[in-house]
Amino acid sequence: MSTVVNIENLGVSFSTDAGAVKAVDGVSLSVQRGEVLAIVGESGSGKTVTAKTILGLLPETATASGAVLLSNKAGTSEKDVISLSKQALRSVRGTDVAMVFQEPSTALNPVYTVGWQIIEGLRAHSELSKKEARAKAIEILGRVGIPDPETRIDHYPHQFSGGQKQRIVIAMALVLDPGLIVADEPTTALDVTVQAEILDLLRRCRDEFGMGIVLITHNMGVVADLADRVAVMYQGKVVEEADATTLFAAPQAEYTKALLAAVPYVGHGTARALERAAARPADWKQQPPVVEARGLEIEYPGRFGRPGFRAVDGVDFVIRPGEVLGLVGESGSGKTTIGRAIAGLTRVSGGSLSVLGKEMLGIRERQFRPVRSRIGFVFQDPASSFNPLLTIAECVAEPLIIHGRAESAAEARGRVDELLEAVQLPRAYGDRYPHELSGGQRQRASLARALALEPELLIADEPTSALDVSVQARVLELFRELQREFGFASLFISHDLAVVDLLADRIAVLYRGSLVEEGTGAEVLGAPTDPYTQRLLASLPVPDPVAQAARREELRRLREAS
Amino acid sequence: MAADTVTAPKRLLRDRIPVVHQLRQSMGLQRGMLVAGLVLTGIFVFIAVFAPIIAPYGFAQLRDADGPFGSQQPPSGAHPFGTTVGGYDVLSRTIWGAQTAILVIVIAVILSIFAGVILGLISGYLGGWLDRVLVVVCDAIYAFPSLLLAIVMSIVISKGQSNLWGGVFAAAISITVVFIPQYFRVIRAETVRIKAEAFVESAKVLGASSGRIMFRHVLRNATRTLPLIFTLNSSEAILTLAGLGFLGFGIEPTAAAEWGYDLNKALSDVSSGIWWTALFPGLAIVLVVLGITLVGESLNDLADPRLRGRRRVAQSAGEVAETSVVPGGTLTAGPGGLRGLEDGESFDEHGIEVKS
Repeated sequence: MSTVVNIENLGVSFSTDAGAVKAVDGVSLSVQRGEVLAIVGESGSGKTVTAKTILGLLPETATASGAVLLSNKAGTSEKDVISLSKQALRSVRGTDVAMVFQEPSTALNPVYTVGWQIIEGLRAHSELSKKEARAKAIEILGRVGIPDPETRIDHYPHQFSGGQKQRIVIAMALVLDPGLIVADEPTTALDVTVQAEILDLLRRCRDEFGMGIVLITHNMGVVADLADRVAVMYQGKVVEEADATTLFAAPQAEYTKALLAAVPYVGHGTARALERAAARPADWKQQPPVVEARGLEIEYPGRFGRPGFRAVDGVDFVIRPGEVLGLVGESGSGKTTIGRAIAGLTRVSGGSLSVLGKEMLGIRERQFRPVRSRIGFVFQDPASSFNPLLTIAECVAEPLIIHGRAESAAEARGRVDELLEAVQLPRAYGDRYPHELSGGQRQRASLARALALEPELLIADEPTSALDVSVQARVLELFRELQREFGFASLFISHDLAVVDLLADRIAVLYRGSLVEEGTGAEVLGAPTDPYTQRLLASLPVPDPVAQAARREELRRLREAS
Repeated sequence: MAADTVTAPKRLLRDRIPVVHQLRQSMGLQRGMLVAGLVLTGIFVFIAVFAPIIAPYGFAQLRDADGPFGSQQPPSGAHPFGTTVGGYDVLSRTIWGAQTAILVIVIAVILSIFAGVILGLISGYLGGWLDRVLVVVCDAIYAFPSLLLAIVMSIVISKGQSNLWGGVFAAAISITVVFIPQYFRVIRAETVRIKAEAFVESAKVLGASSGRIMFRHVLRNATRTLPLIFTLNSSEAILTLAGLGFLGFGIEPTAAAEWGYDLNKALSDVSSGIWWTALFPGLAIVLVVLGITLVGESLNDLADPRLRGRRRVAQSAGEVAETSVVPGGTLTAGPGGLRGLEDGESFDEHGIEVKS
């Protein structure tokens, strides 16, 4: 085995308005041929900056020190990327090292065919004729698993699905046969079922093409699935580096232990759901439901002369008082649309949806407004769900002022302080502006705002998907405590089965706008009957390399069976 | 949780005053541009305010104790910039002209800012047929050559009469008509963008009324770019005013001094070797427009963290920032948390996080 890249004592500093900020501090790593090195860590830990240094992609505001020695695939030459000129860097990129980006839809240029984009990279580095380049592009598309590459090569990026686009991005990285691929969160933007396929492809890159891969990710499941060696980064330093099996079995650093403990596992929440179910009064099933959907249809109007897009198609479900319904599905399955319809943000176009006794089909804003004080909503992105010009206290006081419980933010301050304490934020945080809080703190403040009016129903739309794992664990814990204390009913929307499992009494699985399976956590996750749920469950990587290898086999069997 | 926080340092008062803050933030060429612009603009405002004291004669003065000035006199001790064909003192006319110019700018920009911002806000937030009609009207105004429109407006408003305020208002209102669409467009575009932000939706979910959402949540967030258009429009206002004067739709020389009018009257002088009548009013227009444009352009560059120049840092300088403060977390932090990292540290002049 030969070393493809050797990073020695790398330090990177950025010049910002607030002065110099050090992003990477004395990092030393190396990657061998045919090896996957995963770099994990929270956002801001410096993992992406490290990876970008390998390609010489740092912005002009950055200054790097140390050495990044990059070898070509044959191992005949070695260059220090940090000291290379721009010209020399260009020749290194693509031939010696290539990058796979997080968001395949933005990494491809929408106005050129995918074939053109692959050939462009080829011809920039070699003297191939057009015909040869095209033949090579077709070959590589075939190898990354694009069906019918001879015709698909002339298609535009929008004609491919998200997973296929990521395959094409990988093909572009593979086509010049570099020794090293840097994959920056290659599956974060993809659905779980697609993620499993892309991970398989990356594994084939390693085995068949003999490449070294640097995998940047925050998902411990992905690490367990693909990595041979793992480096854990925290605050710009590598705190632990070990074999994947060793790291998961016996983590050494405190931070690694905490990180692993924070990862939610499927199956942990079932016991709690049973406890809650047992504690309910006998006539609970007869109580009028908070939300009831019968044959719910939601259609987004199409452009002139085109039919609309049906996002939700004939969905039935009920949420009873004090119950948490977890709604799971891929992107585009309509789960967020359902949440928005319940909150009156999206119009219902058919069927029936009754929210707190009001029929939402054809309702007017004026009639619905009184009910709004009984509904809370937590948004996905805590960064944008607060008005950046108001303090946290003013933001949390908004619902109280709007519904006439207080005249001004100052008058509501007492209640606001109580709420902040309920979500475990210090009172003094009320005087801060949203950007002065971290993501997790903001999401707690968001919970405080949603709970200000003591709603009977709380809709949480992917409340933790923008958060780091360790922060996510704390927010979920808080959510559970608040639910127990306030006893609200909740619709908890997430794409992550493990997260839903932690909180939900019942789980509903959505697929392409229809409900494919519904039941308690034990039913849905323990013995799924629908093939889609089975596939979803099997695709979810678990943070344990040994168990994950077994699950991978199981998934392959499922795929072959269908 | 306290360990996860980075407390934003309390910003000093001098860092919060708009232009001063940018000046302290700037460096290199950008700083040079900004300083040059500020100096030019400062001189302009100073001259306009103290015109009665600085100017040796009145703007309509034709004679002093020694008798008439005489027409087209070359620069001399009594008249450092010479006299015009009408027998006015060029230096005094140029100085008094600054006052007219600043009046027109202030009135034009105030009128257009209020109308443009309110229309843009309502049109962008409510949408529907009102939005469509307003956009079409504004596009139609855009399609007109702005000077032609200003001429039409000045005829409609003042019908050729021209005392000081009549002339100033005619010029200001005709400029306003041209500028409203600009403010309208900018505010409308911002409003449409902000309307889709989660914090507006969250206000909607809370049951806030449209008016409250518009004025409490949208308006203040939508006005960030206004100072930039404000400066750029000011220079355009001077040019429009001078253009009107040059074409003869300006203010009569007895009502107020106006650079464009003086240039018009100097037309025939240029070919006969009398350079001083055209040079000084022309220079005044160029310098003031240059000054204000420099301020506007450099504010524009400084407001954008990607265009803003920064000093290079020493190798491995700085502290490692605490993690867990990057807003949005990995999912939204672009292809690489790098952008998220930089954004976390970049606040614009209002202390708002700048998202690129």
